[in-house]
Amino acid sequence: MTAAPEIGSARLRSEDARLITGRTNWTDNIQLPGLLHAAFLRSPVAHARITAIDVSEARERPGVIAVFTGADLADEQGSLPCAWPVTEDMVLPDHPPIAVSEVRYVGEPVAVVVARDRYAAADALEAIDVDYESLPAVLDMESAVREGADLVHADKGTNKSYEWVFEAGDIDAAFRDAPVVIERRYVQQRLIPTAMEPRAVVCSAVGDEYTLWSATQIPHILRLMLATVTGIPEHRLRVVAPDVGGGFGSKLQVYGEEVACLLLTKRLGRPIKWTESRSEGNATVHHGRDQIQRLSLAADSDGRIRGLKVDLLADMGAYLMLVTPGIPLLGAFMFNGIYKMDAYHFKCAGIFTTKTPTDAYRGAGRPEATYAIERLMDELAGELSLDPLEVRRRNWIKHEEFPYETIAGLTYDSGNYEAATDKARQLFHYDELRAEQADRRDRGDPVQLGIGVSTFTEMCGLAPSRVLGSLSYGAGGWEHASVRVLPSGKVEVVTGSSAHGQGHETAWAQITADRLGVPFEDVRVLHGDTAVSPKGMDTYGSRSLAVGGVALYNACDKVIDKARRMAAHLLEADEKDIDFEGGAFSVRGVPDQSRTLQEVSLAAFAAHDLPEGFEPSLDSDATHDPDNFSFPHGTHLCAAEVDTETGYVKIRSYVAVDDVGKVVNPLIVEGQVHGGLAQGIAQALYEEAVYDADGNLTTTTMADYLLPAASDLPTFTTDRTETPATTNPLGVKGVGEAGTIASTPAVVNAIVDALRPYGVDDVPMPCTPERVWRALRGGGPEHSTRPGAGGGLGSATEDSRSEA
Amino acid sequence: MIPGSFDYVRPSSLDEAVSALRDAGDEGKVIAGGQSLLPLLRLRLAFPEVLIDVASVPELHGVRDEGSSLLVGAMTTHYDVLRDPLIREHAPLVAAATSTVADPAVRHRGTFGGSLAHADPAGDLPAVVLAMDGVFVTSSREIPAAEFFADYLTSTLEPDEVLVGVRLPKAFAGWGFHYEKFHRTAQAWAIVGVACLVDRSGGEVAGARIGLTNMGSTPVRASAVEAAVRGGAADREAFRAAAASAAEGTSPPSDLHGSSDYRRHLATVLTARALSAAAGV
Repeated sequence: MTAAPEIGSARLRSEDARLITGRTNWTDNIQLPGLLHAAFLRSPVAHARITAIDVSEARERPGVIAVFTGADLADEQGSLPCAWPVTEDMVLPDHPPIAVSEVRYVGEPVAVVVARDRYAAADALEAIDVDYESLPAVLDMESAVREGADLVHADKGTNKSYEWVFEAGDIDAAFRDAPVVIERRYVQQRLIPTAMEPRAVVCSAVGDEYTLWSATQIPHILRLMLATVTGIPEHRLRVVAPDVGGGFGSKLQVYGEEVACLLLTKRLGRPIKWTESRSEGNATVHHGRDQIQRLSLAADSDGRIRGLKVDLLADMGAYLMLVTPGIPLLGAFMFNGIYKMDAYHFKCAGIFTTKTPTDAYRGAGRPEATYAIERLMDELAGELSLDPLEVRRRNWIKHEEFPYETIAGLTYDSGNYEAATDKARQLFHYDELRAEQADRRDRGDPVQLGIGVSTFTEMCGLAPSRVLGSLSYGAGGWEHASVRVLPSGKVEVVTGSSAHGQGHETAWAQITADRLGVPFEDVRVLHGDTAVSPKGMDTYGSRSLAVGGVALYNACDKVIDKARRMAAHLLEADEKDIDFEGGAFSVRGVPDQSRTLQEVSLAAFAAHDLPEGFEPSLDSDATHDPDNFSFPHGTHLCAAEVDTETGYVKIRSYVAVDDVGKVVNPLIVEGQVHGGLAQGIAQALYEEAVYDADGNLTTTTMADYLLPAASDLPTFTTDRTETPATTNPLGVKGVGEAGTIASTPAVVNAIVDALRPYGVDDVPMPCTPERVWRALRGGGPEHSTRPGAGGGLGSATEDSRSEA
Repeated sequence: MIPGSFDYVRPSSLDEAVSALRDAGDEGKVIAGGQSLLPLLRLRLAFPEVLIDVASVPELHGVRDEGSSLLVGAMTTHYDVLRDPLIREHAPLVAAATSTVADPAVRHRGTFGGSLAHADPAGDLPAVVLAMDGVFVTSSREIPAAEFFADYLTSTLEPDEVLVGVRLPKAFAGWGFHYEKFHRTAQAWAIVGVACLVDRSGGEVAGARIGLTNMGSTPVRASAVEAAVRGGAADREAFRAAAASAAEGTSPPSDLHGSSDYRRHLATVLTARALSAAAGV
C-alpha cells in the first residue's frame, strides 16, 4: 500500500534525468549499420517555376550515393495529406514532398542527396544546379484576395482555399442601435514553433518491413498517413517516436522529409537518417498563427455584450498540410470566451500565400480567439471607463449557471470565474498596483505602469469523435490504454498518447499506482511505438490526460474487475463480497483473509486453477471517447512597466490562477503553466517570422527570431482553483496550452493600459520597443525586414548595412 | 549547419601562427574561441580553407600589468576577463561590458581578442576599447583603436597578422563608468549600446569618453557629446542636453530590431542615462 495518494502528488518527473542529459533515444542518437545521410536542397526563392535541375555534378561528389529530384520521385511520392477538408469545395492543391515543377515558398525541398555522411551530403548540395523562372511572390493576404491578384496556385484560379461561416442569434438585431460598437483590426503575427529538439528521421527496411523513427508527436497518425501516401502497406510499416524533445504542434504533421526518407530507404535498400538544422527548421517546420482579425463588438451602455462579429483572414501558407485549414476554426467556438451574448457571427477565409505552410502551434486557433476577445474586453472597459475586471464580471457566465450552452454552441460543463478572479486579484495586489499606476500618471513618470487582464477559457481534451466528424475532420478523438499486471506484480502501461516532453511516464504511473495500489516504481509506461502501442490518436490539443488519462483510469478499473474475480475464486468467496483496497483483495468482514494484486496476478498467470471462462493473465484494454471537450479557465494578471522614452517593456509581475480541474501532478501542471506563459509572452513581446518584400524569411536564426530565456521573464506567481470537470471520472481538464492561450492578451492589455492616457489603443505584436515607441508618437513606418547586424549572421550580410 | 571542409592547424608559437597564416594566403582564418566564426562557417557564410587555431600560442593568454597600462591577451576568455583582478581594478568598464556579452556558455568559450578582431559593430567590446583609446598589439605592429575598425566585420589587420592583445591605459581607473546595453532579450545583440567613462571633479565633468555600439558599420565615438559635457555640470539635465547630439555623424543600420531613426533616438536617451550612471547622479 502506498503511503500517500499518488494522484495529486508533486512527484519529480522520472523521465527527466535521461531527457536532460541526452543519454537517451533521441532520433538523431540512433545508429544503424550502413546508415546513410540525407540532405535536402531547398528553394532559395519564394515562387518560381523549376525549368531545369542538373544533379550530375553532385552525383560525382565523394561519398555521394544518390541524388533525387522531385521529378525522379514523381511516380511514387504522392501528395502530402490534408486530413481536414473543412468545406466541400475547399481548394486543396497537390503538395509533392519534393517539388516537381514549381516552388511556392523559400525552403521547399527541390532535391535530396544521400551520402555516406552528413558532411558529404551537405557539400554535394552546393553542386546541384537549378534554373528557376521567377513567379510573383504572394505575401499579403488582403491583396491576395483582391480581383486580379497574383496566384500561388495558378491552376486553381484563386488564392482562397475556403470560406467557413458560423452564425448564432440575430446579429443584425444585436448591432442595431447598439450604444457601443468597438471595431478593431488585430494581426496575429506568424510564429515559428521552436522545439528544443529539431526534426529528425531515421528509416530502415528489413525485407519488406519498414521502420521509421521520427521526432514526431503522432506515430499512429503518421503510420496511417505514410502508408496512404507511399503505398507501403500499413501492416508493413512501424513508426516509432522515441524520446521527442518538444513539438508544440510542429510535430503534429506529416512532413515531406519523412515521406522522402521512407521512399529513399525503399529505393536504396539502406537505412537513412536526416536531422534538420535550426535554420532549416525555421524555414520549413510549419508555422503558426498568422491571421488578420476584423472584429466588431456591440454592447449596451452598461457594458453588457450584445453581439460579436469576427471576420478572419487566415494564412494557410503555400499548401494545406495535415490540419492547416481547421486550425483557425478551432478558434471559431472560442471568440465568445467566458461571456454571454445574444448573437455571434464568425467568418473565416483560408488564404494561400508563398510562405511556409501554417498548422497547429500550441493553442491552435484558441490563442488567436482569446487574444481577440480579451483585447476587446479591455477596449470596451476603456470606452466605458469601467475597470476591466468589472466589465468582465458583468458579462461572464456565473458559477451557478453551469453547465452553460454558449452562443457558439458548446456546453461548458463547469467553471468558477469568480473564484479564480478573486484569488488572482488578491495575489496580484490589484488595488495597490492601480494606486501606483494613478500615481505614476499624475507624476508624469517616464516609466508608466500598465495592468493587463485575461480571463480566459479554452476548449481542449480533443475531442469527441462525433464532433470531429461533424467538422469533417478525417479521424476520431478517442484514446486507448492498456494495463498489464506482469506475473511478478510489476505493471506495464501502454498509452496511445505519445509524450514528447509532457511527463506522461510520471503522471500515468501515478494514476496507475493510485488505482492499483502498487508502488509508483513498479509501473512502467510505454508509448510512442506502433509495434508496442497498437492503437492511439497521439498527443496534441491538451488531450493526453483528459482523454488518454481517462482511458488509463478505465483500463485500471477493468484490471481490478478481472482481478476481483480471480481473488474471489482464490478466497472462495462471492465476487460481490470482495473489497479492493491498498493493492489487496479481501473478503468483506474477514480482513485477515486477503490476496495482494501481485498474488492474484501470479495465479492468473500460472492458470493452474482459474474461474470458469477466465482468460489467463491480468490485463485490460480501454478506449475512451469523450462526450465533450474540457474547458480549463483562469484569470491572469500582468503588470508591465513601459519606458516611454525607449518603448522598452518590462513585465514586473505576473499572476496566473488557472483552473484545470483535478490535478494528477501539481509539479507537472506548474511546469506546463510556466512553459505556456513563456510562449504566450513571447508572442506578445518577442517572436515574429519576418518575410522581406521578395518573400524571403529573414528570421532564420535565433539572433533574429527572438525567444525569451528564463532571464527575460519575470518570476511567475501561479496558483489554482479547482473546479472538477464533470465529464470524466478523473475530473481533469488539460493544461498543455492554457498558459499560452491566456498570457498573450494579458501582456498586450498591460502595455495598452499603460499607454491609454497617451491616446494609444493598440500596439501590434510583437510589441517591440520600437513599436511601443512609435505608438506613443502616433505611428510610423514598420520595422525593416532586414536581419540584425549582430555577428554577421543575417542572410543579407552582403548588403550595405547602413543607411545613407 | 554543416560547414564546408577546411584544414585545421594549431601552431604553438606566434611565429608559427604567422607563418601558417602566410602559407594560407587569402584562404586562412584565425580561430580563437570560435563563438563568432563557427556560426558563420556552419551557416556557410564563410569558407576559409585553413583555420589557424591560436589557442596554444602562449603569448596570447592572460592579462599583464605593464605599468601605465594593461595588456589583455587576445585569447583571454570573457570569463577570465571578468574575474581578472587587474581588469577589475584598472579597467572596470571592460568588465561591465563583458558581463553583458551573450550568455555564460559563450563567455566561457569566447575571447576578448576574438570578439574585437571580428570587428562586429554590434559587439559590446569594440565601443569600449574605442572609448578607452586602446592599442591593438599585433604580431608585427601596434594599431590605435581609432584605426583598427575599418568597416562592418572588417579590421585593418593584414591577412598574415595575428592579434596578440590589446593595451588598455590605466588612466581611466578612477573614472566613473557604465555600459548601457539596450536589447530585447538577454542573449540578443545590442540594438544600441553606450560605453561611457566620466571623470568628475567636484560637481563638474573634467572629461568623458563615449563609445557607441551598433550605430554604424564600425563602433563610433560620440565626440560631440564628450566635448559638450567637458567642463559642464555633472547633473542629469546637463547630460540630457549634451546627449542630444549623441547620434551626430552616425549612420546606424535599419533592421528588424530597430530602424536607423529609432537607433538615433535611442542613442540620445541611452547616452544621457549612461553619463548619469557613470557620473553617479
